[in-house]
Amino acid sequence: MSEELYEVETCPPGNTVESFLRMDRMPHIWCPGCGIGTTVNCFAHALETSGLNLQKVSIVSGIGCTGRVAGYIDLDSFHTTHGRAIPFATGLKLANPELKVVVYSGDGDLTAIGGNHFIHACRRNLDMTVILINNFIYGMTGGQVAPTTPRTATASTTPFGNFEEPFNLPYLAESSGAVYVARWTAYHVRHVTKAIKEALAKKGFSFIEILAPCPTLYSRRNKLGDGLEQMEYYRDNCEIKHGADTRTIGIDFQGKIVIGKFVDRERPTYLDAMNGFYQKKLGDRYTPYNG
Amino acid sequence: MHNSKGTADPKGVLTGAHFIDGDHACSEGAIVAGCRFVAGYPITPSTEVVERIAERFPFVGGIFIQMEDEIASSIAIQGAVWGGKKAMTVTSGPGFSLMMEHIGYAAMTETPCVFVDVQRAGPSTGLPTQPAQGDMMQARWGSHGDYGIIALSPNSPQECFDLTIHAFNLAEQYRVPVLFMMDECVGHMIERVVIPAANQIEVVPRKFYAGPKEEFFLYHTNGDFVPPMVKAGDGYNIHVTGLTHDERGYPSMTVGAQEKLVRRLVNKINLNADAIVRYEEDQVEGADVVVVTYGITSRTAIPAIEEARKAGFKVGHLRLVVVWPFPEKRIRQLAGNIKSFVVPEINYGQIVHEVERCAAGRAPVQLVPHGGGTVHNPKDIFRAIVGEKG
Repeated sequence: MSEELYEVETCPPGNTVESFLRMDRMPHIWCPGCGIGTTVNCFAHALETSGLNLQKVSIVSGIGCTGRVAGYIDLDSFHTTHGRAIPFATGLKLANPELKVVVYSGDGDLTAIGGNHFIHACRRNLDMTVILINNFIYGMTGGQVAPTTPRTATASTTPFGNFEEPFNLPYLAESSGAVYVARWTAYHVRHVTKAIKEALAKKGFSFIEILAPCPTLYSRRNKLGDGLEQMEYYRDNCEIKHGADTRTIGIDFQGKIVIGKFVDRERPTYLDAMNGFYQKKLGDRYTPYNG
Repeated sequence: MHNSKGTADPKGVLTGAHFIDGDHACSEGAIVAGCRFVAGYPITPSTEVVERIAERFPFVGGIFIQMEDEIASSIAIQGAVWGGKKAMTVTSGPGFSLMMEHIGYAAMTETPCVFVDVQRAGPSTGLPTQPAQGDMMQARWGSHGDYGIIALSPNSPQECFDLTIHAFNLAEQYRVPVLFMMDECVGHMIERVVIPAANQIEVVPRKFYAGPKEEFFLYHTNGDFVPPMVKAGDGYNIHVTGLTHDERGYPSMTVGAQEKLVRRLVNKINLNADAIVRYEEDQVEGADVVVVTYGITSRTAIPAIEEARKAGFKVGHLRLVVVWPFPEKRIRQLAGNIKSFVVPEINYGQIVHEVERCAAGRAPVQLVPHGGGTVHNPKDIFRAIVGEKG
């Protein structure tokens, strides 16, 4: 099926991303070949063409390699505790609903230590965008197994290979109640940019999983080559299947990967549900909450 | 330090006399103080605080959210503060344990907020419906690393109301988490609570930075200890992190940055302790024995003190209203003039260590311990005062 990527291709030439970054904090900490910076580039381009008032956009990260994103983006940015970006973002958004709140963090942060918060934010349909960079491993702490590590892959705490079943994150997000669910890779930069733009425009809990190479730990330990070779793997093994049944898209070690936009549906957000319900229940006594 | 005074927003102030318990009085105090965001997770004996908040908030423009756990609650309130709200969370021992990391985050990021702990007997699940004072040291030292906090200890429903307002005011003045250390007895005790007219209640508004962006540094204190706040959306592109940071708020992984930051976080409480410390004294001048109490134990000690006075003993009573920072100067001063301190507390020795530290061997200090589950029998406190072996 044909992809509508024209808007993105009309981006002006030159490095326009710099104006979205805290250049006084460069160089960043990410390794050569890491996919996180690529996604930040996509995020900046998505913001650039989003039409959003950037003064009202906040970015919240947890801890880890991806957790450092908040520190490099020149918006109001919050580097919180490990796993707690979503509940922090919950308080931020509910305190001031006019803010556009983006959570940008890693797979270990958001789905292991932060897994409980993730499913409850999906359930509540809090109006926020969650960008999850999945590098299949804990990078910052030295390559330990994560809830996303495919079976048989080696990590520093699974020296003989991982025997646990990993999370299928789009399925987790969909079944927990997210209204927008997509998966892309750091290779698919235009799709990622478009998806972030769509997610930012979506009301409710939008979730994008982006697979990204970790050459220093995941690839090296599993003898998968450098960042470029992982990008080639994504190019050759990803199949775009929009609307795919998320139950069927779990990820096997170096297997085929289904990517695309899987869910795009409508549900009342937390605040809309609260205001609507209270207005019905309490009538004129209730003044709708808007921050 | 920020001192500009204001008064309560009349919206939501239930002026008049009420017959309510300490938990509900705490809820009313929070509303009067301007708190409009509460996140919590059910736990006995604190739940009545959030139940009343849930009932009252829809009519005063507040938002209550029951989070998935105490960890989420204790960080959601900090998101809300950076979104511009005054915020608190409410819990008891097991939940308080889960919140420790975020007390540290609030201290590190200088996020003004209030943690209410209605103490019950521990350790672990302990006695969920019965009182204790076993979280007092945890309140001071529970999160890793060095930082300053403020902790208050009310002894009546009226004080649960008054001091909750004070807790919010102190949080704004010093940009620290303020720990409101109730206990099951005070929380569930029903007494008369008088709520004054809104214009008679002092409420410290948040002090926001309003200068030009070029001159803005998130943690620039201007020679003071406490920088002004900003909130998300104000256009300053703030970066807030729990990492060691410089004045810009940027991570700075150096020994120098660590020393500068931690020294200020500790000193903003230590060097302002005289202004923060609050205690009440009864016949302390000329006393031979001074009983040091806080919370519900200040009330169970009274019959013991009166009985001892009747028997001819010269007994003073010093009640801590603010427990942290501890009134070191006053205890040191008294230690040189009296024969002994008696410290009853519903734990096996916490604040007694502070009294001993400040007495520094110049006056003996006797603990009257209690494992929790109920309050002291005043006779045990009496025996300690008159020097009988228990």
